[in-house]
Amino acid sequence: MTQRILALHLGLIGLLFVLQFVLPPYHHDNIARIMVMAAYAMGYNLMFGYTGLLSLGHAMFFAAGMYGMGLSMQHAGFAAEAALAVGITAGFGLALGVGLLALRTTGVAFMIVTLMFAQALFLAILYFGPFTRGDEGFVIPLSARIFAGLRLSDPTIRYFAALALFALVLLAMLWLIRHPVGRVLIAIRENEERTRMLGYDTWRHKLFAVTASGTISGTAGAVYGLLFGYVGASFAEVPYSIFPLLWVLLGGAGTLVGPFIGTLFMFYLIDLASGVTDAYMLVVGVALLLLTLFAPRGIMGMLRERWLPWLP
Amino acid sequence: MAPRKILSASAGTTRRSMLKGIAAIGASTAATGFPGFTRFARAAGSDAPIRIGFQVHRTGIGATYGRWYERVTNAAARVINEMGGINGRPVEIVAEDDGTDPKRGAEVVGKLANQHRCDVAYGTLFSHVVIGSAPRAGELKIPYFVVSEGHHVASGMLNRYTLQPGITDVKSQVMAMAPFVAANLGRKVTMIFPDFAFGHNHRDFFSEAIAAQGGEVLARIAIPPTETSFTRYFAKIPRDTEVIYHVMVGPSVLTFVKEMGEFFGPSAPAIFGFIDSLEGVDLASPGLEFLEGSHFWEGMPRYEQPGDPDYVKFYREQVGLDANGASVDDPDDISANAHMFACWETLFTIKNGMERAGYRGPEDRAALIEAVEDIDIMPAGREHPQGPKVFNGLTHQAFGVQYISQVRNSRLEVQHVTAIKDGFYPDEVDYTKQPL
Amino acid sequence: MEFGPHLMLAVLEGLVQASVLTLTALGLSLVFGVMRVVNVAHGEFFMLGAVLAWWITSLLGGGAGLAFAAALVGAPLMVGAIAALADWLVLRRVAYDPERTIVATIGLLYIFQQITLMTFGPDARPVPPPFNTRLALPWFEWGEGGIALYWPWGLSITSYKLFVIAAAPVVLVALWLVMTRTRLGLVLRATRIDSETARAFAIPVEQVYALVFGIGAALAALGAVLVVPIRQAHYLMGADPLLLSFIVVIIGGLGSLRGTVLAAVLIGMSDGIISVFFTPTLAKIFATLVVAMVLVARPGGLFGERRT
Repeated sequence: MTQRILALHLGLIGLLFVLQFVLPPYHHDNIARIMVMAAYAMGYNLMFGYTGLLSLGHAMFFAAGMYGMGLSMQHAGFAAEAALAVGITAGFGLALGVGLLALRTTGVAFMIVTLMFAQALFLAILYFGPFTRGDEGFVIPLSARIFAGLRLSDPTIRYFAALALFALVLLAMLWLIRHPVGRVLIAIRENEERTRMLGYDTWRHKLFAVTASGTISGTAGAVYGLLFGYVGASFAEVPYSIFPLLWVLLGGAGTLVGPFIGTLFMFYLIDLASGVTDAYMLVVGVALLLLTLFAPRGIMGMLRERWLPWLP
Repeated sequence: MAPRKILSASAGTTRRSMLKGIAAIGASTAATGFPGFTRFARAAGSDAPIRIGFQVHRTGIGATYGRWYERVTNAAARVINEMGGINGRPVEIVAEDDGTDPKRGAEVVGKLANQHRCDVAYGTLFSHVVIGSAPRAGELKIPYFVVSEGHHVASGMLNRYTLQPGITDVKSQVMAMAPFVAANLGRKVTMIFPDFAFGHNHRDFFSEAIAAQGGEVLARIAIPPTETSFTRYFAKIPRDTEVIYHVMVGPSVLTFVKEMGEFFGPSAPAIFGFIDSLEGVDLASPGLEFLEGSHFWEGMPRYEQPGDPDYVKFYREQVGLDANGASVDDPDDISANAHMFACWETLFTIKNGMERAGYRGPEDRAALIEAVEDIDIMPAGREHPQGPKVFNGLTHQAFGVQYISQVRNSRLEVQHVTAIKDGFYPDEVDYTKQPL
Repeated sequence: MEFGPHLMLAVLEGLVQASVLTLTALGLSLVFGVMRVVNVAHGEFFMLGAVLAWWITSLLGGGAGLAFAAALVGAPLMVGAIAALADWLVLRRVAYDPERTIVATIGLLYIFQQITLMTFGPDARPVPPPFNTRLALPWFEWGEGGIALYWPWGLSITSYKLFVIAAAPVVLVALWLVMTRTRLGLVLRATRIDSETARAFAIPVEQVYALVFGIGAALAALGAVLVVPIRQAHYLMGADPLLLSFIVVIIGGLGSLRGTVLAAVLIGMSDGIISVFFTPTLAKIFATLVVAMVLVARPGGLFGERRT
């Protein structure tokens, strides 16, 4: 059982490793982006898919990481390594604070509270325009995108950096959901009341889930800014909170590789559809409807239901 | 790297040689048609089309502009092909939608370069998309010609491969307005602008420029993005305001102007606005009567003007504009002519640069950049119907004349044309020092 | 502008906002209350209402009054029909599962936006108001001879905006009468309280759901038709009403129609009044955080029943 699971996930990482050498340049760049975004989606999945907490404001964690990294570089002259640490810390700190407040609510109120906090952060980025460069954002210069002596703007290095982040998050998630803490999270998703009756401190477990999820998302944001050289307010806007929800639902909420599959699927759906027709949003909309109608548990969820019941 | 150009010795000589350049333009503006300063270098044996990747805002908030950018681009490409193409090769436009999103924008630049095998990327309007995409263009070393009017290129934020040769940047536009506003409309100004970078540019540059004219800004009213009603903000306008300077963008602009009219009623101060507020909007729309008599900046006049030169008539005919600046096919379909002319001009600059560089294929991309950097004077004519321009090869930014028009009978009539030098400011970057 | 007139102006503008918001949020609240699903496409029904109002008025032309009256009736009906159809074709088939409904309505959102972009185009288009007289308003000051009236600079409203302010209470009363005095209202209330029992009493719950979804969308469209002579129809205009309606519904307490109305007035008004005291963007940040903190303090909403 365990071997099968390990083989699947290591196999995915291995496949992505091999793809580095065979992909044509355009898709090479796409997969690098998708891996970072999939890390973001996995962070989201920890909260939504495994703990049952639906956030509509996750872009704030992504943006906190991105801006923590970018601003410390821009204004304090931090090197990439230190700036990344600042970004991760920003994601962690914000997630802890938001978690402490928002977890007093549940269900739809939780959705709105997270949405409101995210909106406040977005507006703050605009309001402090002289410092953040507002909606236009700013460029991380090539000279600053060097991590441990490696040029992150180089396609191969960038790909491996993205893969490293992706693999790290994937394996950490695999470890976590098999760990007792992860089991409690899943129990909370299934029935919070009963979990509490069993003597677990559900509030602290949920706070852990929010904080860990926000930290992963913040890390993804910081890495995205470093690898691709742009920090902008659009990443803090509502659509970037909706995207991880969509990716996770498409790929399969509460499955480990679901977020990656969903991100990949959505990316290429838009990319290919926009090549065929201007109305790619229409194609995306119809695809979403079809998926909810015919594959309600997402792609991996459907696989798990039909053929692979062991899928984590 | 040794300075390749006379212009690059110092900022001082840049200014001087530009002024000389303007004198030269003055002498040559009479010349229409296609001035023969291009060195033709035929491509060796290749008839394959030159592929110009067009990053277009077909969806998202930029769609109003995007549609017209696309029409002008296609018209210009057709004209270039009728003239025999570039270096004897036909031009092909490869358009890709970016959804007016910076993340997708960067991906689209990669797609144009790697997937569609385009020679150059071109056409981006919204500043945040430009800033999000330019790093990718720099990495791929693909020349990236933006048509945005943002100050991002000339501010030095971007890179050697990003150029803006078709349209004056906002800093220069705003500076050129101050003398007219102070002399004709008033010296006590209240500014109303959107509370994001585009608005902040106007706020900062105009405050500085009007102070230099002996005026002052009494109040700066920043409107939050996504705002849909405005009346309560007008209450913050100081009573002794002589001029209101407004610049809004986005779908709510019509409401903005309407509510301003309702707020003031019959006792309004003078009003000066950037047409960005009303690009694509018919000035005869209900609620806009209030603007009668007010002044606007226009990048290029929307309405046909008496005595338009032949090259302007040619441009309008090729693009398909009627006398009111609407589509000849649909009088309700109003153009974005204050900006979209720059697509036309940028394509001709790409042509000009490719011909100077003897461009054959992607291996000549660096040479193309250098050739465009070498352009300094762009005389008015069919290639540059908006008017004469000076291109600063160091900052990768063009500087042109600006138009100030007044609303009369719901049409814009040009009252004043600024001098190019009104919009000069010291260089903030020298891109030629960056490696290619 | 002095403080008093400024505040009054903000209150009047806030009332216009509150009026439209009440109708839009009521639609969302009704759908949530009866069907227990979150409709992410609600803002797009608002947008469709505005776009169809433009279409109807420009098609009819002629007198602005008549054309507008036609839009006021026609656009909500059409939007309601579209929504009921969407419910029948999609939501019914996902069995109103909360998560699947969210994704499905996001799909609908994309579809409506793209179709509008392809047919209506990307421009903002105005609808002429049926009447629009500027009414200058007086203010008072304590002079030597007691209260004196004067006409402050800029303090005014238009007759159309007064009409919008008045329209919401009228619709509310009508809706209340339907809910309490008609058989339809009885069926709705029964389904809302317990759909299983309602089904047992031979209430065709699926049809009721389609009807409720249609009415909810029609209310949003009605709000949009009212506001479109003040603002303009644009294919991306749905995001803001969706967000605001969401906030209102939650603050008001889920499914509580009375709470929704109170919250709509509160939020519509406060949005205007806070901007008197702060710079606008700061005001938005402040208001956003207040909403979040209200929910943190009272997770059931201000007026909702307390559930733990």
